[in-house]
Amino acid sequence: MLLTGIAFYIFAAVLVAAAVMVISAKNPVHSVLYLIVCFFNAAGLFVLMGAEFVAMILVIVYVGAVAVLFLFVVMMLDINFQELRQGFLQYLPIGGLIGLVLAIELLLIVGTWVIAPETSAVAAAPSPAIDAVTNTEALGRIMYTQYVYAFQASGLILLVAMIGAIVLTLRSREGVRKQSITQQVQRKREEVLAVRKVPTRGGV
Amino acid sequence: MSNPLLIEYLPIIIFLAIAVGIASAMLIASLLVAKQNPDSEKLSAYECGFEPFADARSKFDVRFYLVAILFIIFDLEVAFLFPWAVALGDIGMFGFWSMMIFLGILTIGFIYEWKKGALEWE
Repeated sequence: MLLTGIAFYIFAAVLVAAAVMVISAKNPVHSVLYLIVCFFNAAGLFVLMGAEFVAMILVIVYVGAVAVLFLFVVMMLDINFQELRQGFLQYLPIGGLIGLVLAIELLLIVGTWVIAPETSAVAAAPSPAIDAVTNTEALGRIMYTQYVYAFQASGLILLVAMIGAIVLTLRSREGVRKQSITQQVQRKREEVLAVRKVPTRGGV
Repeated sequence: MSNPLLIEYLPIIIFLAIAVGIASAMLIASLLVAKQNPDSEKLSAYECGFEPFADARSKFDVRFYLVAILFIIFDLEVAFLFPWAVALGDIGMFGFWSMMIFLGILTIGFIYEWKKGALEWE
């Protein structure tokens, strides 16, 4: 139990420190790298809670794919760091105001949060029991049958994301030479080849 | 350590501790032992033979982004397959066909992507 406590505090401390670095790092690429550290530590916290499937998905999807996407976005933006710093003082009052409003809203939400008394009992004894089946199996038993509509909706969302990404970013370039095998095979001899008699001392 | 799940993860955390220890020992030892005598020429970026004239952070083509987002989508699709494969014995025909419909929806997207030429690099 002591080791679990130590691991929790290490993961949580590194997570919070890396999260602070994400918003305070000057270079956006460094921010993304700190975000990856955040994801890894969150995965560690999930393992400590016993949610190993979520932890592994966090590593696969967030570290493997989302962080790479963020890196590409940062690389595409072509930010000029000097220009970025210039308007800082100018926008400080309105930015601070928005931050204050958000903080007050968060405090109001958390302050009026009422937790139903039976939830802690449900969380303490999950069904099925955690020793009987693994995490992944417990998820698989309900996700495809009991929550089938949510599951199919996630499939549709992925489809929309795929089509949207293609529609927004795909453009065909002009003047790119490509190999088209059908065109090559369909070429006729008469269209491309001509035999000419060349007279002596005269050109074609 | 009452939880049997966490005991299984104990070797990983020991491995992580050893890895962090060795990595930081190497970095700190090289910082302490090596002779540090920097000057501006040593610290500047070296670009084979001529003066470096541009930042390495050049703009990326948007096509890399398209490849990355398509990768995420199929990554998520595979992530949905893991619990399904583990619990397939329990969820019966309904679970099987629900996954088949899910895969069918994404196959529509895949055919669209293929026919649009999003997978080609020109």
